[in-house]
Amino acid sequence: MSKPVIATASLAGCFGCHMSILDIDERILQLVELVEFNKSPVDDIKTITKPVDVGLIEGGCCNSENVEVLRSFRKNCKVLISLGECAIMGGLPAMRNGIPIRECLEEAYYRSPTIDPSDARIMPNDEDLPIILDKVYPNHEIVPVDYYLPGCPPSADLIWKALVALLEGKPLDLSYGLLKFD
Amino acid sequence: MNKPKTTKAKPAPAPGIKFSIDGRECLARAGQTILEAAKDNGIYIPSLCAYDGLKPAGSCRICTVRVGGRHQAACTFPVSDGMSVESAVPDLEDMRKAVVEMLFVEGNHMCPTCEKSGNCELQALAYRFQMLVPRFPYLFPKKDVEPAGTKLLMEQNRCVKCLRCARGIRTADNKAVFGSLHRSRKKKMFVDLGLASALSERWARTAMDRCPVGCILRKEVGFAVPIGRRKYDQAPIGSDIEKPRS
Repeated sequence: MSKPVIATASLAGCFGCHMSILDIDERILQLVELVEFNKSPVDDIKTITKPVDVGLIEGGCCNSENVEVLRSFRKNCKVLISLGECAIMGGLPAMRNGIPIRECLEEAYYRSPTIDPSDARIMPNDEDLPIILDKVYPNHEIVPVDYYLPGCPPSADLIWKALVALLEGKPLDLSYGLLKFD
Repeated sequence: MNKPKTTKAKPAPAPGIKFSIDGRECLARAGQTILEAAKDNGIYIPSLCAYDGLKPAGSCRICTVRVGGRHQAACTFPVSDGMSVESAVPDLEDMRKAVVEMLFVEGNHMCPTCEKSGNCELQALAYRFQMLVPRFPYLFPKKDVEPAGTKLLMEQNRCVKCLRCARGIRTADNKAVFGSLHRSRKKKMFVDLGLASALSERWARTAMDRCPVGCILRKEVGFAVPIGRRKYDQAPIGSDIEKPRS
């Protein structure tokens, strides 16, 4: 039997959840024995090339590219997991949700303390850039999501236990202390 | 200066009322609410707006139990002899979880950025109920961080309108420092800036500690206790009350 395939992506996140995946320490050797990685920043495969068993998504959707990646994961993954607070509720990027988008961009590109006042005011606006969304969306508000692993980041133990439970087809034992929102 | 009231003032009369919670025989004193009596009998009924020593508000409904087939807030409903209370039953537990989820989507509860994380009662209830994601869509309401005098600030994004501040924080001459404005969805807590500034250091701390979430904060302090040693890091909320069933 071929190994189960795992793919991961970071959308509007900080890569902290991916750091937490690496934080399973020497168990990563076991993981590599147990599964095959497809698209992931871990192995630098850029697009999904075969059907995926478990997709892990870090970060919510803040722009059109995030939505595109998320939809391709949903299409190609049997099981899709929202990994971490940003994926589940937008997280820190969602702190802009109450602020109009123009105001956010002006703050970043016109009024940031590092901007030289003598420079021309330039706001990035190129067709090659992804379009920024009106607000940051939790992933399950864009596509159906199967499981949620909260945390900022989710602990390495939680990620490990969840993956092992999935691969063994057993329910996840959420003993107290594994579930954390920070 | 009046002292923070955290313990019951009156000497307790002998418990003479017999009632039951989920079939467990319990004893209570006349005038006790279901929530108080449950606690005395080693039974934890999840609650949020209730606070020892403050007059019950019955505002959050997380402590909802069933008495005689009807839903009642355990923090306001008095016990009576022979009463049979349902509490830890699946439909009530799911309803409590739903209320916690509603509170999460109604405000902007960014736990990773919050000074109260690990000591927050709303978060601790979510942990206890194993909330992975709220079943309701996030509302992302527009709310502000407001000044609350020289010692405090109010992070309105996190307020759950439990009214603990309005009920329990008073000046030395018994003036309420906090109050509520408007009703229903528009309801919000406000603070008298002058009275809040005049609070002693101890009462400013009390205001922060009584707030179950990270709404009322003492300025210029935060994140004092490291992760792992905070109130709800090791054991679930309510585990100090619960006695194991014999």
